[in-house]
Amino acid sequence: MPILRRIALILAPWALVVLAWYAIAYSGLINPALVPTPGQVAARFWQLLFHARLPADIWMSTQRVFLGVLLGIVFAVPVGFVLGWYRTVRGFVDPLINFFRALPPIALIPLVIVYFGVGELAKIVILFYASFFSGVIVMYEGIAQINPIYVRVARTLGASDGEIFRKVIVPLTVPHMLTALRVSLGVAWATLVASELIAAQQGLGALIQNASSFFRLDIIYVGIICIGFIALAMDLLLRAAARRLLAWQERIA
Amino acid sequence: MSAPQQPRARIRFERVSVEFPSKAGPLRVVDDVSYEIGEREFVSVIGPSGCGKTTMLNIVAGFMRPSSGSVLLDDRPIAGPGPDRGVIFQEYGVFPWLTVRQNIEFGLKLAASRVPPGEHEEVCRRYMQLMGLAEFADAWPRMLSGGMRQRLALARAYAVRPEFLLMDEPFGALDAQTRSAMQDLLLEVLQAEDKTVMLITHSVEEAVYLSSRIIVMTARPTRIREIIRVPFGYPREESLHEKPEFGELRSHIRELVMKEYAAQARQTLRNTD
Ligand SMILES: Nc1ncnc2c1ncn2[C@@H]1O[C@H](COP(=O)(O)OP(=O)(O)OP(=O)(O)O)[C@@H](O)[C@H]1O
Ligand SMILES: [Mg+2]
Repeated sequence: MPILRRIALILAPWALVVLAWYAIAYSGLINPALVPTPGQVAARFWQLLFHARLPADIWMSTQRVFLGVLLGIVFAVPVGFVLGWYRTVRGFVDPLINFFRALPPIALIPLVIVYFGVGELAKIVILFYASFFSGVIVMYEGIAQINPIYVRVARTLGASDGEIFRKVIVPLTVPHMLTALRVSLGVAWATLVASELIAAQQGLGALIQNASSFFRLDIIYVGIICIGFIALAMDLLLRAAARRLLAWQERIA
Repeated sequence: MSAPQQPRARIRFERVSVEFPSKAGPLRVVDDVSYEIGEREFVSVIGPSGCGKTTMLNIVAGFMRPSSGSVLLDDRPIAGPGPDRGVIFQEYGVFPWLTVRQNIEFGLKLAASRVPPGEHEEVCRRYMQLMGLAEFADAWPRMLSGGMRQRLALARAYAVRPEFLLMDEPFGALDAQTRSAMQDLLLEVLQAEDKTVMLITHSVEEAVYLSSRIIVMTARPTRIREIIRVPFGYPREESLHEKPEFGELRSHIRELVMKEYAAQARQTLRNTD
């Protein structure tokens, strides 16, 4: 019984959204040509999935997001770590990082095209940019909040610098790395369409843009919903991983 | 009691002063303080809040150096923290990402450990038993009560076999019952393994019950107000609290301490004007 209840509770808000959508579509308030119904969108999804290149688009976009986030995090972790650990460095670099983070990736596209062309590299650069700056901030704010008492305790127990790093600092860094990863993934999916504005043939962003030039609203909806669901699935996966890895924590954000 | 024989000095403060930089120029916290803590002594340091007790303990622990004078450990200057000096922090510092057992094992498994690997399991079990943590060996610290975390911090410090225990208001956050149980447990453990102890506390009752000597410090900049020898032998029992001699000593020290607390309070008020 409780499991049924849980499922019901999880499904309820989605059902509500779908109902509201139907209501709007049939209410006549908006020109029906502008609002495809959920049923129409689902049918289009089905058709694209089996008779068109939707799987290839999903695969392409996922690949780009993965690569961008991977690169972003590989740099964000050590940089965030240094900034979090050394207060003085942070004081100098913090405004710079916030400056770059505030720039919308879409505004950078012309420059990216000039310097990196219109190929795959340009798209990865955009995604890297977005995930690095969002990840690095989460990372260093987390590290800066680590209580120095643990380092002191370890020293009094006889730990060397190397042991302190491996046995104290690394375990305390893991939760912040996971949070940074989650934030970066979210931001990267949000930036995906912008990155695929650059002469993309494939990808969900490309799908949405092509559909928009032919005014195919149902396809636009399919693209948007796909992005949302893939991002959600990845986040759920990461959260499940975090729960196992961070069983020691009071709560998992 | 016959005139007690002075034990060999193990910790020695020699004309120690500490100054911290502040906006209004250097703030003198410890002012030309000299005292010794002898082999197997239990010395409590008591004094008003902010007078510099933790500062003195931090010097012995190896976290900082005096601005002038020196603190010697077995006649040698202190180079830094080390497993010979177990420190019990006021906030416990139990590692939240390790289980109870792993917390105790932490120090044992370090390269500097003096406990041979073959004995780790036994040492770990012994201290879990002693501190009443055996049932919680695989629990995360977040599941423990305050008193249990305190015991875990003690077990972890003990496991690496320190010769000194430096304790900074270790029982301050505990309720009266737990506190009294922890005091007895500490005495019991010390009975089994000789250690030289420096304890910082605000509780006169606790200082008299546990210590062989009590150092009363003045308000900041702190100096020694008086050093009091506690004329009771070990092992000690709860009933000691009821003895008239205990009460007299407690009143005497309380009076000294109250004056210094008042002086510190006046000073703080003046500074915030
Ligand atoms: N790192 C520091 N920089 C500047 N001032 C400091 C520093 N550490 C301590 N002080 C100052 O030195 C004084 C003594 O501090 P300390 O922590 O030794 O006091 P305490 O006797 O342990 O007090 P309490 O009983 O409240 O724990 C305080 O006024 C404090 O503000
Ligand atoms: Mg203190």
